[in-house]
Amino acid sequence: MASLATPPEVQVKTKWKISKSPSSWLVWGAVIFFFINLVGVIGTVVVSSFGTEWFDGWLPAGWTLSFYQTAWHDYQVAELLKVTLKVAGAVVLIAILVGTPAAYALARRDFPGKRIVMLCFLLPIMLPPITFGIPLATFIYKLNLGGTLLGVIIANLVPAIPFVILVLTPFIEQIDPRIESAARICGANTWQIFWRILAPLIVPGLLAAALLVLVQTVALFELTYLVSGPTSTTLVVALYYAVFASGIRPYQAISAMAVFYMLSTLFILIVALRFVSPTQLVSRVRNTSEEKN
Amino acid sequence: MSKTSFNELRLVGVSRTFDESVALSNLSLTIANGEFIALLGPSGCGKSTALNCIAGLLSQTSGSIFLDGKRIDSLPPERRGFGMVFQNYALFPHLTVRNNIAFGLKIRRTKKAEVRKRVDAALALVRLQPHADKFPAQLSGGQQQRVAIARAVVLEPQVVLMDEPLSNLDAKLRNEMRGEIRKLHKTLGLTSIYVTHDQEEAMSLADRVVVMHDGVVQQVGTPEDVYLQPANAFVADFMGYRNLLQMTLKKSSTKAGAITSEKIKLSSSNLAAKTTNGAVTVAIRPDDFTVKATRGNQIRTIISSVEYQGKDFGVEATCEDGTQLFIRTEEKLKIGQKVTFGVKPERVLVFPQKKSPSHVG
Amino acid sequence: MSAKTQSREFSSTRRFWLKEHGIDSTLLLIVPALLAMLVFFVYPTVYGTILSFHPANKAGFLENYKTFFGDPYMRKSIFNTFRIALPVSLVNVCLAVPVAVKMRHRVKGQRAINTILIIPISLGTVLIAEGLYAYLSPNGWFNRTLMAAHIIHAPLQMLHNFWGVMISLIISGFPFAFLLTLSYISGINPKMEEAASILGAGPIQRFRFVTLPLLAPGLAITFCLNFVLAFSVFPSANLLGNPSGDSHVLAVAATDVISQSYDYSMASAISLITAVCEITVVVLVFAIRSRFYTGSTTGGKG
Repeated sequence: MASLATPPEVQVKTKWKISKSPSSWLVWGAVIFFFINLVGVIGTVVVSSFGTEWFDGWLPAGWTLSFYQTAWHDYQVAELLKVTLKVAGAVVLIAILVGTPAAYALARRDFPGKRIVMLCFLLPIMLPPITFGIPLATFIYKLNLGGTLLGVIIANLVPAIPFVILVLTPFIEQIDPRIESAARICGANTWQIFWRILAPLIVPGLLAAALLVLVQTVALFELTYLVSGPTSTTLVVALYYAVFASGIRPYQAISAMAVFYMLSTLFILIVALRFVSPTQLVSRVRNTSEEKN
Repeated sequence: MSKTSFNELRLVGVSRTFDESVALSNLSLTIANGEFIALLGPSGCGKSTALNCIAGLLSQTSGSIFLDGKRIDSLPPERRGFGMVFQNYALFPHLTVRNNIAFGLKIRRTKKAEVRKRVDAALALVRLQPHADKFPAQLSGGQQQRVAIARAVVLEPQVVLMDEPLSNLDAKLRNEMRGEIRKLHKTLGLTSIYVTHDQEEAMSLADRVVVMHDGVVQQVGTPEDVYLQPANAFVADFMGYRNLLQMTLKKSSTKAGAITSEKIKLSSSNLAAKTTNGAVTVAIRPDDFTVKATRGNQIRTIISSVEYQGKDFGVEATCEDGTQLFIRTEEKLKIGQKVTFGVKPERVLVFPQKKSPSHVG
Repeated sequence: MSAKTQSREFSSTRRFWLKEHGIDSTLLLIVPALLAMLVFFVYPTVYGTILSFHPANKAGFLENYKTFFGDPYMRKSIFNTFRIALPVSLVNVCLAVPVAVKMRHRVKGQRAINTILIIPISLGTVLIAEGLYAYLSPNGWFNRTLMAAHIIHAPLQMLHNFWGVMISLIISGFPFAFLLTLSYISGINPKMEEAASILGAGPIQRFRFVTLPLLAPGLAITFCLNFVLAFSVFPSANLLGNPSGDSHVLAVAATDVISQSYDYSMASAISLITAVCEITVVVLVFAIRSRFYTGSTTGGKG
């Protein structure tokens, strides 16, 4: 249809005209102000990690890489990275394995009590982690899993499984169920339908869900903080301890530590953004909350 | 009811390009007050682009639009004072039927009593009084359609633009609404520009039809003109001339000549302008054939399929050289039967070869 | 009719009823996930709730709550939490709306902007807090720039008080609010605005009468999610605020109880209070939201 070809370019054109109005300048000014401060915050961390001394002035007095060495050894960054990767990997794998079938059933079936089940999956995301984190930590310590890697994995799974379900349910919903019927008419059994029809169609959704959970788990602080012990501390929790106990080590070392954390997070983010759009990283709750009403 | 305060809407060389592609090329058209114009063409022919340019939703790349003497092409849509019915109606989902219709009046700060009066009149006009307080989602497609029309005409706009307003309705409702639109246009004395890809719809509604293809106007004329005397092979094809044959012309005068292919010899007295001797496209409508001809143009065929279509039959016949012809006839023919069809010379339309549709009018 | 056929008939209608209501073997697929939630979310929450009524010192079952509400320092943490979380969420949503409105159509570099905005979210509150600590310090770039520009003469005191926490929550919360609002606003059929403009509505009227009402339900959710985010502020409160003063928020109170006295019973009581406060606000917002139109924003049948 001719009208289909029109919208995108059109709006760029009209937008361009409007964007010269004062209100636009104000909005763009605010955005730029935000960006400058963001760069300032991150820049401060990076610059100070390379500096020898920085008490006064725009830049440190001299430059050095030695604090990276200090941070790497003192904070055992290698060990932290290993733990973080183990936790994140396990969480992603388990959350996908457990969450995908549930998402499928929720997308395809309407049954009595579905709302309660949905609520059960929605609450861990809608509640501040600290509120259910403390009872959860209590429970995990009760199971003698406090401070262990398994305990940290379990704690991280609590928001991760609902997360996978919330990302995948709308994704599976938009796959036409008639495709499955068609396959069945053609003689495929359930197993074949799953592997030959559904699996290839779900892969993009799975990838998105996995990456989103990965980004989340690496940055998730509160729950890990509450259940982790010396051998199960992830990078972000270690960073918190480092900052909280500042004074023990020079600020530059903490900055270097922060840079390690930042690099690993950004690396994952860059990988993730090749496959998912930035809006996807935040807007997962939308569809399901819409359903509730 | 309508404010008929203008004489003509004039488009002069209106063009629109998207990146490299030309969506609308050099559209010039003068629309008189009270006229019903249909922009007709297949998907992607530029008809919606043209409508959006007139509405102001799209700025044209070049050209200008005048309302009488006043140039309006740089005005934003809200200041053109046109009405528009969108393809999916674009009703405001958060407003009731009444408030949807009242929207434009409220924007204009019309007095409350006046708003009420005019909205009631509009509701009566489209027979939706019982549904006034429902939300659009609670209405059927046809009802939504009528709300969209009421919302457009309640402001008594100078021009009403309609973008395929019936394309989402089923066949029966479409016919019904077609009649209603035509009636509203008459009773309110509107000036309407109507975009459609359905030639039947265009012919039944419009005073003048503008046939478009690839962003270029192919023909402007009354429905009869366009139907009986298409300007080129493209228009002929689009208007239901299902038999398009590649043949060779030998002119005998400017308007007449003999056309031949391997096994078919016809004479035509209906050559399009600029047709020259040599390869041509011949267009014949299925219902212009006569069965069992003994004089004039004769085409010998064997019937290959017969399809019952209620009032008549759709027949496919194979000529001696293998050419397939489509014929409509009331006569009951049998598959395998040998039939000679005839056609009047004036109903054998001859165009220059179809490849490059020429620019007409 | 024999009893046997009757029971077979009964069982077949029963199976039919179950199938009609969507209950079949497919539902088994939910079991693992649901089990995980029941064991690791529902049970601990219930357990924590019960635990909160069994104080560590074996006093009366409301003892923890009595302690909490009896202690003005503790009690004030509720007020402190709201004093930060409410304005932060409001500011974030109010900033997000105009920016999202400007960017709702594909703007050049949209993806780049979104990507930059996602960075503070994925870096998390801890790193933002760490960076802000130096950035906002009297010697930091922020104060230095303002002084160099002669906007201020003495450094602004923005650490160890309300403002540090506030700013850190805006930095991590605004992008979140923006990206959510953007996805809501792009879900609104652009034809709505076109229709409004044809009907004579200018840009401001279009926003006021069409975009905003259609966006309102989405904004309610954006606000809630931001509020949830701001409600567990404790890294920023601890690092940038004044955790023993006006940044003594509920989350800090709860974690302090754990790290100082390992009193999980009391901590559970505080987290229950936090949950109740948070849910109250969310329910309130959703109650207001239900007064707005909450259906599809695509309009018409399309």
